[in-house]
Amino acid sequence: MKIAIASGKGGTGKTTLSTNLALYLSQKQKTVLVDLDVEEPNSGLFISGDLIEEQVKYNMVPKWEPESCILCGECQDNCVFNAVVKIGSQIMVYPQLCHSCYACSELCPQNSLPMVPNRMGILKYFVKNNLHFVESKLDIGQEMAVPIIAQTIKYIEQKFEENTYKIFDSPPGTSCPVIEVGKNSDFVILVTEPTPFGLNDLKLAVETIRELDKPFGVVINRYGVGNDDVLNYCSEQDLEIIAKIPNKREIAEIYSRGESLFDRISEVKTELEKIENYLIKLNQQ
Amino acid sequence: MKEIVVISGKGGTGKTSITASFAYLSEKNIVIADCDVDAADMHLLMKPDLVRKEDFYSSLEAVIDQNTCIGCNKCFEVCRFDAISRENNKYDVIYLNCEGCAYCEKVCPVDAITMKRRLDGEWYISNTRLSKPMVHAKLGIGTENSGKLVATVKNIAKQVVELYNKDYILVDGSPGVGCPVISSLSGASFVVLVTEPTVSGLHDLQRVYSLIKKFGIKSGLIINKYDLNINKYLEIVNFAQKEGIVEIAELPYDETFVKAQTLGLTMAEFEDSNIKQILSDAWNKIIKLVN
Amino acid sequence: MKIIFTTKGKTWDSEMDSRFGRTEFLVVYDEEKDELTAIDNSAASQDAHGAGPKTSAKIGELGADVLITGNGPGGNAEKALRSLNIQIFVGAGNMTVKQAFEAYKKQELRKF
Repeated sequence: MKIAIASGKGGTGKTTLSTNLALYLSQKQKTVLVDLDVEEPNSGLFISGDLIEEQVKYNMVPKWEPESCILCGECQDNCVFNAVVKIGSQIMVYPQLCHSCYACSELCPQNSLPMVPNRMGILKYFVKNNLHFVESKLDIGQEMAVPIIAQTIKYIEQKFEENTYKIFDSPPGTSCPVIEVGKNSDFVILVTEPTPFGLNDLKLAVETIRELDKPFGVVINRYGVGNDDVLNYCSEQDLEIIAKIPNKREIAEIYSRGESLFDRISEVKTELEKIENYLIKLNQQ
Repeated sequence: MKEIVVISGKGGTGKTSITASFAYLSEKNIVIADCDVDAADMHLLMKPDLVRKEDFYSSLEAVIDQNTCIGCNKCFEVCRFDAISRENNKYDVIYLNCEGCAYCEKVCPVDAITMKRRLDGEWYISNTRLSKPMVHAKLGIGTENSGKLVATVKNIAKQVVELYNKDYILVDGSPGVGCPVISSLSGASFVVLVTEPTVSGLHDLQRVYSLIKKFGIKSGLIINKYDLNINKYLEIVNFAQKEGIVEIAELPYDETFVKAQTLGLTMAEFEDSNIKQILSDAWNKIIKLVN
Repeated sequence: MKIIFTTKGKTWDSEMDSRFGRTEFLVVYDEEKDELTAIDNSAASQDAHGAGPKTSAKIGELGADVLITGNGPGGNAEKALRSLNIQIFVGAGNMTVKQAFEAYKKQELRKF
């Protein structure tokens, strides 16, 4: 079962929840935590394991073959992303701007732009006890998060069986990368906090996930701080609040050290149990 | 005109709350720019009174004219993004998947496909309860956050500065290290880095600082919730000293942060705030450093 | 010599545009013919990415020998411009086109 942990806002506790939920679930069932916040993967700061495998991830970009090229410039006209341009008597390709649509390559009358692999980033697979952990990271200078996210999810689907819990730590926000993760999940957990900022961004996140038509539920972090507006909103919108992690300075302190919470704070363990039961029920349906 | 950009790398460090406090503390000669366009929050503390709203167009999307389409399947064959649906020989575009590459438009033998600019968001100019103008925006759901909307907000803010003879732009920057942040930083006179003494906080501070270093912009540091973890706090202080980043302020972990936010107030004006003075001193220090 | 300026207008009195990729106009001065022509570059600002390469391609087509601009081209554009063997001068961002030209002639602009 593929569960995406997302939020409209950064800093609500996505990674905290993903890592602790994954650690907790892995005690009883095979679980893989997948960090898909490929621009800034952070889960690895909380989980150390043995490196099992690493794979460089590539996307396909055009490469100029000057011998057959007649410098007609059609490739430049065909590229809406300015990734292929005719500069003087050369065709220049900018791989970091390329969206891999293949238009320039396939429409070139001389076949002078074959598509070749271009390094995007790297996928690493670790294991610690029963927890499997996969992290993908975009190389600096690469801008396209979506292709590496898509390839990482494919890797997970191939490597892990159906009955593994697959926890996807999503990027924050509501843009393309989040859509890509949500699209490929069975269920989405939206993490929020009971503050005005938290509520504002929860509404945006809900709008985003509803576009994807995926079932989702809400987990409230730092419960007790702020006010009840988030609770009221969830009730109005008929959203299920799966768990409420309490606001405790102690939790912030443990988090700041990069340590796990599920085995140190009993209230956190209780809330994770609630999430587990919810997932089991979901699976049975 | 000086541009002060507040960024954090990591989300949740208090960047927006602190920027809002500075907006309150500053003199009237300032324009506020909320460049945190993917889930913007500044407006929740500014009570904006809309003066002008504009549509923001950025990416392209394909549109198939059903009357012209002959169902030849060419668009379906070339699309690499699974953005063409075909049901009962009816071809349509799946907008959530359309990358806007226009390949389908080029191969359609009957010109049934046109590329349209997509409405990717909106930007606004508003007056705020602080009587200081604010330029802000909303990025559309599922849109690529290319940095273009951030650049638009900045450009409009510059125009407002010129129109009203203001001296400063105060920018609530984008999180992360990608194009939106780079766009937020472009043209900055000074960068305020907000961090927290956690493993993630330090990690993301270092990543975002490498960007600032590359652009050679003068920067200062605010450590929020500094008393949460003394070890991490010291690591951050060391890092700042080594890199020559000026330390502007240290804010203690404080529950009144949220109390103020819940009342729609910044920490600088909230009665029970314990950090009013620290924020005020911080802002004065920033103004001195910028000039 | 053909000299290209990144500008905000079409004449000698126009302000220079300090940007390269998203410059509003490109003004070309053909020294031999003593002709000044202006090209609208506003389409480059429409695109989210790749304005540098796009504008560089235009420069390639215009066959310029010298580029005079403000801040200088970004990484992508620089790569393209270097392959054209065009001389790039920066620091003219706050001048008029005429002033920029004179500064260039007096060798007061910095070579990029």
